[in-house]
Amino acid sequence: MSRQLDFAGWIFVAVMALAAVLVPIAALGTPEGAALHMPTYLVQLFGKYLCYAILAVALDLVWGYCGILSLGHGAFFALGGYAMGMYLMRQIGARGVYANPNLPDFMVFLNWHSLPVAWWGFNGFAYAMLMVVLAPGLLALAFGWFAFRSRVTGVYLSIITQAMTFALYKEFFRNDFGFGGNNGLTDFKDLLGFPLQSDAVKVGLFSISAVALILCYLASRAIVRSKYGKALIAVRDAESRMRFLGYRVENIKLFAFVVSAVMAAIGGALYVPQVGIINPSEFAPGNSIEAAIWVAVGGRGTLVGAAIGAIAVNFAKTYFTGAIPEYWLFALGALFVGVTLFFPLGVMGLLRLGRKRNQVTTESAA
Amino acid sequence: MSEDNAKLTSSLLYLDNVQVTFDGYRALRGLSLALASGEMRAIIGPNGAGKTTMMDVITGKARPDVGDVYFEGRHDLTLLDEAEIATLGVGRKFQKPTVFENHSVNDNILLAAKAPRGVRATLCAKGSAAINQNIAGILERIRLGDVSARLAGALSHGQKQWLEIGMLLAQDPKLLLIDEPVAGMTDAETAATAAMLKEIAKRHSVVVVEHDMAFVRELGVKVTVLHEGAVLAEGSLDQVSADERVVEVYLGR
Repeated sequence: MSRQLDFAGWIFVAVMALAAVLVPIAALGTPEGAALHMPTYLVQLFGKYLCYAILAVALDLVWGYCGILSLGHGAFFALGGYAMGMYLMRQIGARGVYANPNLPDFMVFLNWHSLPVAWWGFNGFAYAMLMVVLAPGLLALAFGWFAFRSRVTGVYLSIITQAMTFALYKEFFRNDFGFGGNNGLTDFKDLLGFPLQSDAVKVGLFSISAVALILCYLASRAIVRSKYGKALIAVRDAESRMRFLGYRVENIKLFAFVVSAVMAAIGGALYVPQVGIINPSEFAPGNSIEAAIWVAVGGRGTLVGAAIGAIAVNFAKTYFTGAIPEYWLFALGALFVGVTLFFPLGVMGLLRLGRKRNQVTTESAA
Repeated sequence: MSEDNAKLTSSLLYLDNVQVTFDGYRALRGLSLALASGEMRAIIGPNGAGKTTMMDVITGKARPDVGDVYFEGRHDLTLLDEAEIATLGVGRKFQKPTVFENHSVNDNILLAAKAPRGVRATLCAKGSAAINQNIAGILERIRLGDVSARLAGALSHGQKQWLEIGMLLAQDPKLLLIDEPVAGMTDAETAATAAMLKEIAKRHSVVVVEHDMAFVRELGVKVTVLHEGAVLAEGSLDQVSADERVVEVYLGR
């Protein structure tokens, strides 16, 4: 079974690596109207899906392997996005509507006269990237430390993760919280001096997202295949047994939770320059629940399946919300119920089943 | 008092006047027990006598309201949690076999085997010939050598019980607490389990809770009878079965 998973894993890495190389060629190296030409809007769309896939892989690490159903992972994704958005805001400089060289537009609009402390340092790329990782990482560390030490598990943990993202959602809505309020952060101009509107940068961000997805996948894979990964699964299946064996269950959970939060944040940071905006709606509880659906559809505890689920469900979402928008939520709900009832192992479970059937038929034929 | 102190320091496990109350129900009412190093002890008693609660207290799952629980004469177990107590060298086997069903038999032993338990240590852990040899040796002793690659969830009930005993062997604790090891086993499996436990008792101190009298007789060790959360009688099985009070509350004759 593990060899089959391996096989799927390597195919996944190969496909993503090919996409990172071939998509730029198809988008930039071919003339418009050519058969293989890929319009940049499509590249951007798929770039967005890849960021969702990173979030899904991160969620699968804690849900699929450690049984922690976090319904607040969208918060880590959004925090990473905000950190990147703050850097992009500072890059606008005097090119804003109010042409204030020191303050982002929304602060001028609110009649603020100096930059809030939380924004200090965000004109430096390295500092901003550090914050992409640090802010969500520390939140996950604090949240997880209290939750896992108090042995909050199961549905109770899911509920408090929802509460966490909902609290942040409310907080980021407020203008005086200092992150753009309802409108969030937008009107970005460039990243490290590269204009975000240019096709080459859009395509470049796609490739970077594909590489980031590969790296997150490989890191997660290394984690779950180590002895620590076995301990993680053991905690999922028989938590108290692990305690009586002398394992510090709360530390095992905390490590996976923090790593997962950081990965989700990296996905969010790559998402923002591609969609051009970050606002409080990214914290909406529904987003985090949707992420859990992607993982369930793709197959829990498979990593590759989570990524496939994220891409497939979002592709369907793009299509449905364009074609028959009023039915999308029904379709999503039906998908979740259907998968849970009939395909508990998701797409990966179906693939494995198909493979087994093939083996049986070849054996009986021989 | 000095006599108590001597008893405390000479015992591997020392419980004195332990009382535990759950929602007004007094599960343990002044339980006192001393286990010498290297000793094997069988605990019997009717349902509700407090056998499982006693194990919960020793392993840190339940906290006594009153009373002392000392391990090796110096570790106050009432102040430690499950993982800390396990690290001191107390292993526990549950009544219902709890193994890691989604792991192979081999990996179950690997996770139980004595090794650093921290996140960094497990992340960087490398397999070695010595570890594999140790695991293979244990699998041989618990008669699961042939099924080492099978998922633990696919084992029979009796095999799961043995696997859990194997996990305790791998953990190599100083004290083993074993809750009803032969419940639901066939006679042949019961005899094999008794042999396994006797083998284990050569190098570890063991406390076995069991209902099966034939099994307790086969073990041939000192017996403690619990009743309503306290010790009713102690001695060889023949001695306690001759005790009128024991006969009255437990043997029901």
